Amino acid sequence: MAEEGYRLIITTIGHDRVGIIAGIANILAAANVNILDISQTILQGFFTMVMVVDFKNSTLELGEFKDRLAEKGQELGLVVNVQHEDVFKFMHRI
Amino acid sequence: MKYMIHPQEIMETLTMLRAQNLDIRTITMGISLRGCRGGSGSVLGQEIYDRITTRAAGLVAVGEDIEREYGIPIINKRISVTPIAVVADGLPREEMVEVGVWMDRAAREVGVNFIGGFSALVQKGFTVGDRALIEALPQTLAETERVCASVNVASTKAGINMDAVYLMGRMIKDTAELTRETDGIGCAKLVVFCNAPEDNPFMAGAFHGVGEPDTAINIGISGPGVVLNVVKQHPGVDLGTMANAIKNTAFKITRMGELVGREASRRLGVSFGIVDLSLAPTPEAGDSVAEILEAMGLERCGAHGTTAALALLNDAVKKGGSMASSYVGGLSGAFIPVSEDQGMIEAVEVGSLSLDKLEAMTCVCSVGLDMIAIPGDTSVETIAAIIADEAAIGMVNKKTTAVRIIPAPGKREGERVEFGGLLGRAPVMRVNPFSAELFVKRGGRIPAPIHALTN
Repeated sequence: MAEEGYRLIITTIGHDRVGIIAGIANILAAANVNILDISQTILQGFFTMVMVVDFKNSTLELGEFKDRLAEKGQELGLVVNVQHEDVFKFMHRI
Repeated sequence: MKYMIHPQEIMETLTMLRAQNLDIRTITMGISLRGCRGGSGSVLGQEIYDRITTRAAGLVAVGEDIEREYGIPIINKRISVTPIAVVADGLPREEMVEVGVWMDRAAREVGVNFIGGFSALVQKGFTVGDRALIEALPQTLAETERVCASVNVASTKAGINMDAVYLMGRMIKDTAELTRETDGIGCAKLVVFCNAPEDNPFMAGAFHGVGEPDTAINIGISGPGVVLNVVKQHPGVDLGTMANAIKNTAFKITRMGELVGREASRRLGVSFGIVDLSLAPTPEAGDSVAEILEAMGLERCGAHGTTAALALLNDAVKKGGSMASSYVGGLSGAFIPVSEDQGMIEAVEVGSLSLDKLEAMTCVCSVGLDMIAIPGDTSVETIAAIIADEAAIGMVNKKTTAVRIIPAPGKREGERVEFGGLLGRAPVMRVNPFSAELFVKRGGRIPAPIHALTN
């Protein structure tokens, strides 16, 4: 798999509140997942945070990583999606 | 390393996946059985079983891995095989059934919900094996759960084999009878084709053509909900503008199929066949082709104008999709099954959509009369005549047409059949009561049309 094949996109959607970035970033740090880029914006009335992360050196399997993020999302009242970067590249770039 | 995809685009993709039912409808592994030999149903069946379970061992796991990593729902993992009539030619009827039972076992073993290819290609005539397989259809479909069957009775090059058409009329009727307690569900697994594609990933008509490689991955995408949403977002625009909007969306959803197809074939070490860019509805609300047509401005699907709207939709899907994939094939277009599409069901129930209108629609959609329930007392000859009409449309228009029709045992017009799951439910539709018996009984072959002479 190519180098960029290890990049994931984490999308967090919900109501803005204190501790979203911290909550998500803590899980990433604990799993040794590096944040490459982060942006947040209001889309369709919802707080949306998009993170691009490097999953290459993760200490967790993808399934478990996703479960932990989903758990944290639930705790914060947010929906967290984790997807391979290619999904978006393929759909929006030729 | 600056991130290059806009959050807006990310949201668009997520909305398609989460709210508009965008999914990969099927990853279908085509497996050639041409190397399988055996002098009896059990020997050949065992060999087929071994081949399928070896080649497709990783199919379901790979599909699930891709689903998890990419966050794209992959609804079905399926298998298609070389037409069994080719592989098992020479075996008698009962042993054909046995082969079908082995296929069913193999499908169960590898965890796929359907396996296609209990098929025969008889557009010009029968071999002994073709006839044995066709006569084995009712029993096979009744005794197996996951086996799907198809018979190609016509093509633009060969014409229409009316003997096969008549025989299929009888087999459909017998299949319904043998699966009587489940409303004739056996017929939902049986397709009669004209111009059958050899790389179609969609059931029940999938088989692995004789010109195909040993193994191939074919992808069927879906996404009527996404297209519906786009049409709704463009109220009042002229039709050219709307067609363009559909095209753009078809491009995007097909890219998902291309991504999944490439990745699945890479991981399985199998060649990538095609992406079939079809709009395949499900009984779920908002996942309906009929609703798209209605969103274009028809009060109900089936109203005058429906054929034109469907032609526009079918063409726009193809144009957008063909740009998005390196290899496009299969059926590619809009499906118009009745029982699997909530909007179609409602259109029939309010009296807007008739069998005749559906037949007209098949001239411009990707397949044909699909998942239609008709009264259980419809005669064999009338069913054959329905098949003949559909085959004629395909033959003359150089397109695939098909008939998947269920003469629901004991049911009359206006009653309902329930299949459950993706197969849905269907109102029993009116059939023209006048007879075509003498025409059908003439038999023989309807010659290929003049425009088949292209060399």
